[in-house]
Amino acid sequence: MIGFEFVLPAILGLPLVGAVLIFYFGFAPNARETVTLLTAGSLFALVTTLIDPVMAGERPEVVLFEMLPGLALALHAEPLGLIFALTASFLWIVTSVYSIGYMRGHHEKNQTRFYVFFAISITAAIGVAVAANLLTLFVFYEVLTLSTFPLVAHHGSDKAKRGARVYLGILMTTSILFLFVAIIWTYLATGTTDFTPGGILAGKVSGPAVGVLLALFAFGIGKAALMPFHRWLPAAMVAPTPVSALLHAVAVVKAGVFSVVKVIVYIFGIDFLAGEPSGGWLVWVAGFTIVAASLVALRQDNLKRRLAYSTISQLSYVILAAAILAPISVVGAAMHIAAHAFGKITLFFAAGSIMVASHKTEVSQLDGIGRRMPWTMGAFAVGAVSMIGLPPTVGFVSKWLIVDGAVATGNWVALGVIVLSTLLNAAYFLPVVHAAFFKPEEALPHGDSHSGDEEAHGHSVIHDHGESPLPSVLALTITAAGTVILFFTADAPLALARLLTGG
Amino acid sequence: MTPHLPVLQVVIPLMAAPICVVLRQATAAWLLATGVTWSAFAISLMLLSQVMDGGVISYELGGWVAPWGIEYRVDPVSALVLVIVSAIGSVVMPYAKKSVEAEIAEDRIYLFYTMYLLCLTGLLGIAITGDAFNLFVFLEVSSLSTYVLIALSHERRALTAAYRYLIMGTIGATFYIIGVGMMYMMTGTLNMADLAQRLPEVAETRTILVALAFLTTGISLKLALFPLHVWLPNAYAFAPSVVTAFLAATATKVAVYVLIRIFFTVFGGVDVFVGLGAGKALMLLALVGMVAASVTAVYQDNVKRLLAYSSVAQIGYMILGISLVSVTGLTGGIIHIFNHALMKCALFLVLGAVSLRLGTVRLQDMAGLGRRMPLTMAAFVLAGLSLIGVPLTVGFVSKWTLLQAALEKDLWLVAAAIPVTSLIAVVYIWKVVETAYFRPVPHGAAEISEAPASMLVPIWIMVFACLYFGIDATWTLDVARSAAILLLGGAP
Repeated sequence: MIGFEFVLPAILGLPLVGAVLIFYFGFAPNARETVTLLTAGSLFALVTTLIDPVMAGERPEVVLFEMLPGLALALHAEPLGLIFALTASFLWIVTSVYSIGYMRGHHEKNQTRFYVFFAISITAAIGVAVAANLLTLFVFYEVLTLSTFPLVAHHGSDKAKRGARVYLGILMTTSILFLFVAIIWTYLATGTTDFTPGGILAGKVSGPAVGVLLALFAFGIGKAALMPFHRWLPAAMVAPTPVSALLHAVAVVKAGVFSVVKVIVYIFGIDFLAGEPSGGWLVWVAGFTIVAASLVALRQDNLKRRLAYSTISQLSYVILAAAILAPISVVGAAMHIAAHAFGKITLFFAAGSIMVASHKTEVSQLDGIGRRMPWTMGAFAVGAVSMIGLPPTVGFVSKWLIVDGAVATGNWVALGVIVLSTLLNAAYFLPVVHAAFFKPEEALPHGDSHSGDEEAHGHSVIHDHGESPLPSVLALTITAAGTVILFFTADAPLALARLLTGG
Repeated sequence: MTPHLPVLQVVIPLMAAPICVVLRQATAAWLLATGVTWSAFAISLMLLSQVMDGGVISYELGGWVAPWGIEYRVDPVSALVLVIVSAIGSVVMPYAKKSVEAEIAEDRIYLFYTMYLLCLTGLLGIAITGDAFNLFVFLEVSSLSTYVLIALSHERRALTAAYRYLIMGTIGATFYIIGVGMMYMMTGTLNMADLAQRLPEVAETRTILVALAFLTTGISLKLALFPLHVWLPNAYAFAPSVVTAFLAATATKVAVYVLIRIFFTVFGGVDVFVGLGAGKALMLLALVGMVAASVTAVYQDNVKRLLAYSSVAQIGYMILGISLVSVTGLTGGIIHIFNHALMKCALFLVLGAVSLRLGTVRLQDMAGLGRRMPLTMAAFVLAGLSLIGVPLTVGFVSKWTLLQAALEKDLWLVAAAIPVTSLIAVVYIWKVVETAYFRPVPHGAAEISEAPASMLVPIWIMVFACLYFGIDATWTLDVARSAAILLLGGAP
């Protein structure tokens, strides 16, 4: 058994060391990619060593050093953070495999810079996952914003710059204007910023102030993309697809909703918040975001933008689940962080795969593409089913728990929102799947298809194509399989999630 | 030797200045100035550690007992200011050699170092003296040498900028001495500690009220409090790069120190802030300055001017901290003196390197500079993040403390102003970052290389200081806090 004094700082340090090595091996792409894969693999392995002790009830904590008098940078391991860290580190491995195919197949420039900042972003995401107090969380939250900026602006075109500016603008504005103030308010009211089971605010803040503080947190954590602070997420879609996949379906956005859930559970405390009516607005805002984002998604023709709005909607599921304030729905919130991650990353992988192989980006262009790219579109279908929340995918499990919580607390608003959005999810995903498999393919304008040329080129604009490069197909198959496997083995993550509410 | 450290702090650079004139040779003058500044730095560190261990040091100049003789008095506040001034003064020196050679005529370089040392003498003297009139003398020493330093620039516009500063600075200094004269009239003493004891008796008189008004206005001119800041942007923009970096990090900070000294020590026994209404007035000016100057900074094309306006805004933070009149607020004000000195020095040093290689610091000429001078511009990004107040940098520590102070007093509007100006800082810093990293190098631009090591090392020392004191702020906050407690008369 390795000591926690080692493991907790190590899972932070490992991707950082990886970033340095990636930079060092920038001249040799194969060595560089090996470093990425090795780092990602060992990171996941290290995170898994935390499972047993946390399941056994241990809550190891390591203080790195004192930053401000009385306020330290400290790390701890608890169930929610562990679920997030496990998801992020596992999907980093898969994304790295995918990136190799994508970045090379797409002839991207500045690949070393890309991998370096990617690794730094992972460090920051892991830091958010294991932060033991609000100060530490805030530090890594901001590092995550800044380290993903070069990834969003990767192409350097005017469009990329504009997108990146919106991205940075909204995330920085909300965090400095609201989150920073909320943290200091909490610190002044309670004298601490530590995440404590049961919360720290009970008896310290009361009345309407609770609702205001909750608003500062919920909107301040802009990465959770609660409306009206959601515009950065579609804007960030200018980034290369692996970034959209891992960061804007998993690491960054999940860091957002994770932080919201963590604040609700460990700073407010579920029982305390349930007894304060002024916090009740969150269900409405989250519900509105779910439905509104779904409606917008319905009207997007660009596949990545449709996925982005779907993400906004799905993120608010997690917030809604936490805001229902029933223990069972909080478990559902934790599960949905992992469930949505697997499903959405599959969808993004598929979108990127289509782009590399066929250069198609719009939904209306996808007629009949399922026959050319059966693996990709098959995986897409699985991801879509998980988004809708049907068995046998893990999306069903989390949705079930959330519904359970809504019914148990008699929260009919939440229930109505979930039912409505399930229909909407089906409405904007199923036509894509249908078109891909059942509609006839549009004829090529020049009819110059080279028969027998099954390999993807990525040169001509319209050309005959097959599947995207093998690493990409491999990656999206793994994540699609993951959504199904997690449905059948949901007991393990559920056991972890249940510890969150002590049940 | 140790008991004489307070006087050595001032006398060594004072004596060295005329020697520079005698030497006349550029490199010799530089060597002397470097040696002197570094020894001044060492002395200030020794003084600080003595004060933190053993309490306030009082030194009688020439053996004349205070209140008749001049007293030098070192407490945590003045020791911290001494360290800031001498640290910046010495770190800038290795950098100065190349920069000064490029920007100042060869036959005038010895004059530059003479004036630099005199300016250092003045600033150190202001911080160390315990005598209100002696403070005026040092104020004039530093100001007069500053006018010359600015005018030495090869930019012709520097002459008008220096002249304008001369007029405004002289008005400021005159107002100060009028205020001191009135206090002398009423109390018969010039020693600060003595004044502090006698002022409460006569605090109700109109003379003292007028004296306070003159003092506040005069010092506010010197520290460029909005709207008395109009001399600053041009002075900073057109002065030689080294001078800008040095002045931005020290001169206004020392003036803020004088304000603290007058309000909390000399008028320590008088209710200046609430009773005489200075608190509200200062707070209002600070807030308006923070926002207005930040917004103006966004529209600047010359990056040196951009940062100069940002300085005016940052001075607002310090005054805001002071005007809150609480331990936390004052701690925030004092720590921001230190923190802002680090980041502004780093930023202006970067611009000096840019101006050396590029010959200009206009925004559009900096397009694509991130690739051409990677180490220099990386330093700009980090110091810029610090200015914004991103965690793990010194700017975060300042903002954390100030915001905490504002919330302690339930001043929500004030609390909101702090993050809002941070956001405006994001805009003007990011303007530069985007230009440097995302715009292509202009067509036909001359080939340029990275800045020389003698400039990069000081730049990165400052950047590392920005990060180090941002990651572990316990020491600096301790010093600032004990200073604040002392100033507020030991009240918690």
